[in-house]
Amino acid sequence: MFTVSLIVFAASIVAIFSYGLNFDVDFTGGSVLEVEFTNGRPPIEDIVSVFESSKDPIVHATTVTPLGELGLVVRSSDKTNATHGVVTSVLLKNWPEAGLQERQFDFIGPSVGEELKQKSITAIVILLIAVLLYIAFMFRALSRSLSLWAMSAGTVLGLAHDIIIPIGLFAVLGHFAGVQISAIYVAAILTILGYTVSDKVVIYDRVRENILRGSKAPLADLVHTSVMQTLVRSINNTLVVVISSLAVFLFGGESIKYFALALMVGIALGAYSSIFVASPVLVWMGNKRKT
Amino acid sequence: MTRNAKILISIAVGSLLLFIYVAPNLINRIPGLPKLPERPFTLGLDLLGGVHLQYKADLSNIGTSSPGDALAGVRDVVERRVNYFGVSEPLVQISGTDRLIVELAGIDDADTAIKLIGETPFLEFRDGSTLDAVPTEKDPYGGWKSTGLTGSQLKRAQVVFDSQTSRAQVDLTFNDEGTKLFGEITKRNLGKPVAVFLDGVPISIPTVQTAITDGRAVISGSFTPSEAKLLATRLNSGALPVPIKLISQQTVGASLGKQSLSDSMRAGIWGLILVALFMLIFYRLPGITAMMALLVYLLITLAVYKLLPVTLTLAGIAGFILSLGMALDANVLIFARMKEELASGKPLSISLAEGFHRSWPSIRDSHVTTFISAFVLYAFTTSIVRGFALTLGIGVVISLFTSIIVTRTFLRAMIAGRLGRYTWLFS
Repeated sequence: MFTVSLIVFAASIVAIFSYGLNFDVDFTGGSVLEVEFTNGRPPIEDIVSVFESSKDPIVHATTVTPLGELGLVVRSSDKTNATHGVVTSVLLKNWPEAGLQERQFDFIGPSVGEELKQKSITAIVILLIAVLLYIAFMFRALSRSLSLWAMSAGTVLGLAHDIIIPIGLFAVLGHFAGVQISAIYVAAILTILGYTVSDKVVIYDRVRENILRGSKAPLADLVHTSVMQTLVRSINNTLVVVISSLAVFLFGGESIKYFALALMVGIALGAYSSIFVASPVLVWMGNKRKT
Repeated sequence: MTRNAKILISIAVGSLLLFIYVAPNLINRIPGLPKLPERPFTLGLDLLGGVHLQYKADLSNIGTSSPGDALAGVRDVVERRVNYFGVSEPLVQISGTDRLIVELAGIDDADTAIKLIGETPFLEFRDGSTLDAVPTEKDPYGGWKSTGLTGSQLKRAQVVFDSQTSRAQVDLTFNDEGTKLFGEITKRNLGKPVAVFLDGVPISIPTVQTAITDGRAVISGSFTPSEAKLLATRLNSGALPVPIKLISQQTVGASLGKQSLSDSMRAGIWGLILVALFMLIFYRLPGITAMMALLVYLLITLAVYKLLPVTLTLAGIAGFILSLGMALDANVLIFARMKEELASGKPLSISLAEGFHRSWPSIRDSHVTTFISAFVLYAFTTSIVRGFALTLGIGVVISLFTSIIVTRTFLRAMIAGRLGRYTWLFS
């Protein structure tokens, strides 16, 4: 199992570096217009050819993707909010009978996108520091029975696993399915981080409890017993949260669908990595230091 | 009466009161009861439909006044301008050191709103030309010269209707300086035309009949009533003290908002049903108590949303649904530990006490770490994410209370009652 994790982890890193992350206009700046043709969407090739032959530089430079049965998404990297006006007027002029209806329009200035990037990075760094402080504090009490290094390494590797794999997944989804990373995605990553760290602390806590109860078994057996003791609750615990994210994924609508997916995957991975990453690392590192 | 029974009764009464507060519309459907006031939840623009605009003020040339004052001045002017839209509770808010956020619910014509907010109408009186002046390339309106009388010397502008043609006109009242200037201009141009320019375009070129010294003038262009009202509002709201620039815009159509709202409701109901089934199947009787605790959680959370109020957005509702799962977390921990203690042969009541006692550190940990995440998200990120962080954070705090106090009370009550004899119901 540890090998599987390692392979998926490595694959995720490769995916992130080779495909890159497909950032939304939230981060890059630009405009997204979503419209609906209530009387039926004109053929997408027609729309593309009209846009490409347009003399307006903004309309010319847009990318067009269909959305569902009747919808259309138009993206532009223009740095003003002019996209809305010019694109809707071209659509109205060419297809006056199509029943054009605007669903939403977002314009993000380049400075706002840049600011979001900065803020996201700050938030991630601060949370990492907070989580590290927290586990250092929690593990201080455990360190009489267990190696502090082994616990920290196990937790940090487990967390890296929980975060990197969903990011890798979105690198793949972004590359092949055009799924974009929007502002809310940062929230998913940070929530995963905060939520899954406690799962790892719980197992280590159980190991300590077993040591304190006077178990003289080797560390590997002890960790195994502790994992088994916490297994059911770990899985059930994760399942309730995964189930509630699943409800958002299935029924919550298009715009937060992938956010729910990221949460689901990350939280499920969190339970998995507590057992198959954080625990083996604890045994491995813990034994190594004893000898 | 035992202490536990007292707590149980207060939880029941409290829940009923909360229910009345959260869903008065359901109570009002029962005939024969006095009608309760209905206070709706505060919904965000992505659920209501509307326009969210973010402006950056250019504070580089504010001279001696403080940036805060200049920004407050911008806010006041923008506030007056958006009031023209007549939306309920428009939001005009300073954000950070140089940002202004404008939110207009229920408006989908963003372009008009942006135009109204951002542009300073420049009204100017010009003279020195004739109606049939020859326009040139350089000066397309032909020879009109500024008189120095502009919109800044206005005291008031209002819409009036011409008594004969019943067309809309804009009635201007000048301040002292303007009155004096206007008097001089009309005297100087008696019998000659004077042009009223708006944003560099002549909108009305009346011929002066008499010298006007009372400081009143009427612009009678070919206005529709709403155009006249718009112009009057723009003139009244005055000029922006510093230039502002639109840096982000989000417009959500009302239909999409409605759809998102019903999607989120559906997701919430399904989330509730799915976790309920899960708990019942895995934990039987304790599962039922967990569900009851979850309902109390639901009521408290919704009441807090109304009370604060929390503006519910798509992401916020997602956070709320996620918190439903997390609220059950603690129950799962307690029950798992209880099962363990029961399996080791301890009696039910001791298992219950041990279950609570031993699962407390794990419960505390998972709540604390999730709360830290929510806090960092709320403090260091932007609006969309904050909605999520807020509902998640509130959820974590409330679930700590319900899973400990409420679940324990319910379980104790059940054990004390007849059900306590059937240990298998709990294991």
